[in-house]
Amino acid sequence: MNSKAVGLPLSYRLAVVSRCLAALLGGYLLAAMASVCLGLLLPLPRVEAVLTGMMSAFLFYLAAFIWAFAARSATRAWLGILLPGLALAAINGVTYWMNHS
Amino acid sequence: MKEGFRQAMAWLHTWAGLIFGWLLFAIFLTGTMSYFKPEITRWSQPEIPLRTLDTATSLARAQDYLQRHAADASSWFIELPDERTPGIGVGWRGGDGPRGFTRKTLDAQTGEEIHARASRGGEFFYRFHFELQMPYPWGRWLATFAALMMLVGLVTGIITHKKLFKEFFTFRPGKGQRSWLDGHNAIGVLVLPFHLMISYSSLVIFMYMVMPASILASYGGDQNAFFNDVFSPRQDIQASGEKVPLPAFPQLYAKVLEQAPQARVIWVDVQRPGDRTAQVLFLPDGHERIAVRRGVGWRYDAADGSLAWTERPEHVPGIIGGGFYGLHMATFAGPLLRWLYFFFGLAGTAVIGTGLVMWLGKRQLKHAKSGTQPFELRLVEVLNIASMSGLLLAVVGFFWANRLLPVALDGRAGWEINVFFGVWLTALVHALLRPGRRAWGEQLALAALLWASVPLLNALTTDQGLQHALPAGDWAMAGFDLTALGCGLFLAWVAGKMLRAPVSAPRRGARPAKAAAPNTEAQAR
Repeated sequence: MNSKAVGLPLSYRLAVVSRCLAALLGGYLLAAMASVCLGLLLPLPRVEAVLTGMMSAFLFYLAAFIWAFAARSATRAWLGILLPGLALAAINGVTYWMNHS
Repeated sequence: MKEGFRQAMAWLHTWAGLIFGWLLFAIFLTGTMSYFKPEITRWSQPEIPLRTLDTATSLARAQDYLQRHAADASSWFIELPDERTPGIGVGWRGGDGPRGFTRKTLDAQTGEEIHARASRGGEFFYRFHFELQMPYPWGRWLATFAALMMLVGLVTGIITHKKLFKEFFTFRPGKGQRSWLDGHNAIGVLVLPFHLMISYSSLVIFMYMVMPASILASYGGDQNAFFNDVFSPRQDIQASGEKVPLPAFPQLYAKVLEQAPQARVIWVDVQRPGDRTAQVLFLPDGHERIAVRRGVGWRYDAADGSLAWTERPEHVPGIIGGGFYGLHMATFAGPLLRWLYFFFGLAGTAVIGTGLVMWLGKRQLKHAKSGTQPFELRLVEVLNIASMSGLLLAVVGFFWANRLLPVALDGRAGWEINVFFGVWLTALVHALLRPGRRAWGEQLALAALLWASVPLLNALTTDQGLQHALPAGDWAMAGFDLTALGCGLFLAWVAGKMLRAPVSAPRRGARPAKAAAPNTEAQAR
């Protein structure tokens, strides 16, 4: 892929930046939301569920990184990370609200 | 990026590896050194005498010293000698030392204070490994993120090299770029489980810092409640004002040995010494199991000598987390396993280094004929040299500074670190000024000379050179000298290859092996 290093259009470069941000920021959001979800929902004592969630979070981050660069376009990269992230956030929000009401 | 999954992963492997390779090389090298942190510190402070281990005597000496010098402090700690640390470390709250503690080193036998030369020793490299000499918490964040990128590099590397095990057995030496790739793959695959473990475990070690969302969600922001659940609770004990003399520590230690005859206590924590509420906590070295339980030991009420806590049952996630912690730190490892860790760490460093060299070599091939090198390739070349051979020079510069700086110098420990970074910066400037291959060769040759003469330096500046350490069986001191000598010989071999490179080779055409040479030739003009 080294042939790409020279003479690439700006749009390609912007797409790469976009994928990097999707991996970095979107990936963190997904990992954090996944860890919260496991921490709240796993049928374990609280401390065990939280520890499990935190330790698993990095596998989600890893998956997000791979997806961000494997997806066919930058848009799909963002969608593939943000949609599950937001879905988990919604689950977390509802669970948190139910626990605190 | 339409070429398919494997190509996309190869792309990610290449670029994540390039951008984080320089940093990861330094993190891996200093981390590998940290498996011998006490030995490096021992070499750096040769004034601390080696004594026969006698934990009870050392405890009595430490208690006596603290009673005389810090009777009014709110807390004490005692770091006991073991096979790897010869002196007693004592400290008490107050004064202007690190983290608000005053720290002294005592002779393990006599309890006399030892005025060893000021040096951070192995602690410097250990801290650099995960703090990168940056202010808290930025260095830890950056190092943890680099660990994530290492994990990304490993997984994408596995995906890229689908025929992993077949390729493992195809090593083609003496074929330039091919050999680098084969070497990169062979070392990568050989110690792959170690690599995966070491990068993932570093994420687990810092997960409380970098991934705290679930603590916030599940504990409602009460982080202390969470840490009390995970680790043993560490409540602050209030003084009652009523004076009760402390029991003799060796007696309490005997109680520990009654409960756990195999225990090797290395740390004693004393809260409110001299007060009725005083507590003494004994922490073991944790050699008997992999999973580390931080803060778990034996706590006694000093007033009546009774055990002051009950151990909580362990749970699986805690054991897994502690297990990764222990696997990373090798707290359980004996000498043999520790050396294995050391060589695996070096292998990791080598995988990163070969990857960086390959990235450049591949791209330089294209410019071999034109004889010019684009700016970005030159930039990578300079950074490769400075981050690899430059770091090797900086590390050995630290050790030379340790032996050559005057013992009485003000801020001496800081000057050792200044020398480290000064040498590193000088190497960067040198790499900028000299053509690529020459810069490699010259820096490696100098590094080889400095590393190989460490035993000589030690013999000339202390009375603990090899001629003394070998007959005395002082394996920490001798091991350091011999390892440095080994490094020097290895670097001399690499430097020889770099300096002997046939500059005319590419004109013969057919051999892409020596393709790195024409660039250096071009720059020289």
